[in-house]
Amino acid sequence: MTLTDTLHTSFKTVMSYRIRSLLIVLAMALGVGAVVVLTALGDGARNYIINQFSSIGTNLLVVLPGRAETSGSFLGAVLGQTPRDLTLKDAQLLGRLPQVRRYAPLNVGAAELSAANRLREVTVLGSTADLIPIRHMQLAQGNFLAQGGEHNAQIALGAKIAQEFFPRSQAIGQRVRLGDSRFLVSGVLSSQGETMGFNTDEIVIIPIDYAQAMFNTTSLFRILIEAKSHSDIEPAKQAILASLRQSHDGEDDTTVITQDAILETFDRILQTLTLAVAGIAAISLIVAGILVMNVMLVAVTQRTAEIGLLKAIGATSGDIRRLFLAEALWLSLVGAVLGFLLGQLGSLLVRIAYPQLPAWAPVWASIAAIAVALFTGMLASMLPASKAARLDAVVALSKK
Amino acid sequence: MGDQAVYALNNINLQITSGEYVSIMGPSGSGKSTLLNIIGLLDKPDSGRYELDEKLVTDLSETEQAQIRREKIGFVFQSFHLVPRLTAAENIELPLLLGGVSPEQRQRRVNDALNAFELKQRANHRPAELSGGQRQRVAIARATVMQPSVILADEPTGNLDHQIGAEVMLLLENLHHQGTTLIVVTHDRELGGRAHRQIGMRDGKILTDQFHDTH
Ligand SMILES: Nc1ncnc2c1ncn2[C@@H]1O[C@H](COP(=O)(O)OP(=O)(O)OP(=O)(O)O)[C@@H](O)[C@H]1O
Ligand SMILES: [Mg+2]
Repeated sequence: MTLTDTLHTSFKTVMSYRIRSLLIVLAMALGVGAVVVLTALGDGARNYIINQFSSIGTNLLVVLPGRAETSGSFLGAVLGQTPRDLTLKDAQLLGRLPQVRRYAPLNVGAAELSAANRLREVTVLGSTADLIPIRHMQLAQGNFLAQGGEHNAQIALGAKIAQEFFPRSQAIGQRVRLGDSRFLVSGVLSSQGETMGFNTDEIVIIPIDYAQAMFNTTSLFRILIEAKSHSDIEPAKQAILASLRQSHDGEDDTTVITQDAILETFDRILQTLTLAVAGIAAISLIVAGILVMNVMLVAVTQRTAEIGLLKAIGATSGDIRRLFLAEALWLSLVGAVLGFLLGQLGSLLVRIAYPQLPAWAPVWASIAAIAVALFTGMLASMLPASKAARLDAVVALSKK
Repeated sequence: MGDQAVYALNNINLQITSGEYVSIMGPSGSGKSTLLNIIGLLDKPDSGRYELDEKLVTDLSETEQAQIRREKIGFVFQSFHLVPRLTAAENIELPLLLGGVSPEQRQRRVNDALNAFELKQRANHRPAELSGGQRQRVAIARATVMQPSVILADEPTGNLDHQIGAEVMLLLENLHHQGTTLIVVTHDRELGGRAHRQIGMRDGKILTDQFHDTH
């Protein structure tokens, strides 16, 4: 029996057992569809988070006081050493490193903002003009500490705060009171919404000097640094650590976190999550495989007389085996393709419902789902097919 | 279960010449079907030799035996054994399909068979839509479509009424007239009596083996 005839004959058989075939195809399709949709969700979530995290800066390094890594910190703690604070001088020093494009010292606190008969507590960032580009923020109006204005009592307002305090009038040029000091509104930030749990629409930014005075400190909360290029990130990190060690009398008491390393960690975790979810969905494919096996076994029993007849008119065991395997192949193939389409449709619906979630199933997942469906389908029909092939013709013919 | 071995067939010595018309008769359980199945290579004797066309076939591989069944032997059964989901034409096509015959050839030969057995009108009917006589005609068409040298019929009229059974026997005898060896197992003395050679069996043994020159 030729391969074409085998495939054609078994296709006709599959088509003639309509309900039975439909159920298997459906089970297969749901399994494949589940893998496709769930990996689309997983990968979508991964891309969403990475996009969010990338949007907070480019080639970003964050310097913070204290040693967060292993060696030395324990001994340091035992000996009663406390980490040295980061200072503005440290920040200026780092700004001069060749790998650094720009830097921004940062202090964070809370204070009461009042103006136009309104009063509310706001998050206050103290920094310099470069914070805006480093942190990928944008000014909708005005500017912040532009050329030479570093020591002026200027304030930039988050979009929502500007809207709240000056709903009808221009915010730029207005005077506001923050804590005990008075500031001139010089800029309004564009609305960005929340990224990574931090809403830039509800902050205000003031010059670092004023912030340190207001919060009565000489130390910095963080130093944000933008490396010149992606390849400068790691050298910049080493240079920063070396330079701070030197100015801190040889102590390694600062930590540098790179955006890249965090991104990688996120990526790895979410990739693993996607994989795990795909694995769970793949269990349904195994269930579908068991269904295929069961249905094929029933088919062999139901068609025993037919198998005997085929042998009587000259079918070899191989012919019988191939006919049954081909049936399973069709069922799995149609199920897999249908499932793939269902999965793509599901992903599309997710993207329509949640436009910010880029729910595209990764190619590897779609290919793997289809391959696993075909493989389990074929594997599951191995036993029934060889049972059919081994049937004794005389015994089989006497059935029914 | 006794401790005495029971033989479906025992000590059979039989030679059938090409082109013969043989009937095998005997009571139920006498081993008629078993003998026919061995002749048709569906069953294997536990011991003994069987030569077909002067070639020892008992020791051939399963695949080689299947090929002989496909090319030289046509089976006709009491219960027709048509595949219920296939049309008459598709049932007739089956041996050609198994033989790897090209689609054009298949179409042509199925058509010829449908015409020869007056089944043209029923080509696209399924077995359930056919009468018993029509079903057996489809089965005979299927058995002959590969132009076998031997037709083996096991109670071909057993499920048909007398009149239709006689018609079916005429069809089979027609094949014999065209040169095919015809071996028919039957209970019916009258039908069996039409054969040129009549074999009587009992308890797995051949009791009588008579030639009648009736024609
Ligand atoms: N599968 C089998 N296993 C064991 N013994 C069997 C089997 N098939 C048939 N027999 C035995 O072999 C002997 C011959 O059976 P066979 O079917 O050849 O008889 P038969 O002459 O065709 O009878 P009938 O006229 O009822 O069809 C019987 O004793 C039967 O019980
Ligand atoms: Mg019998």
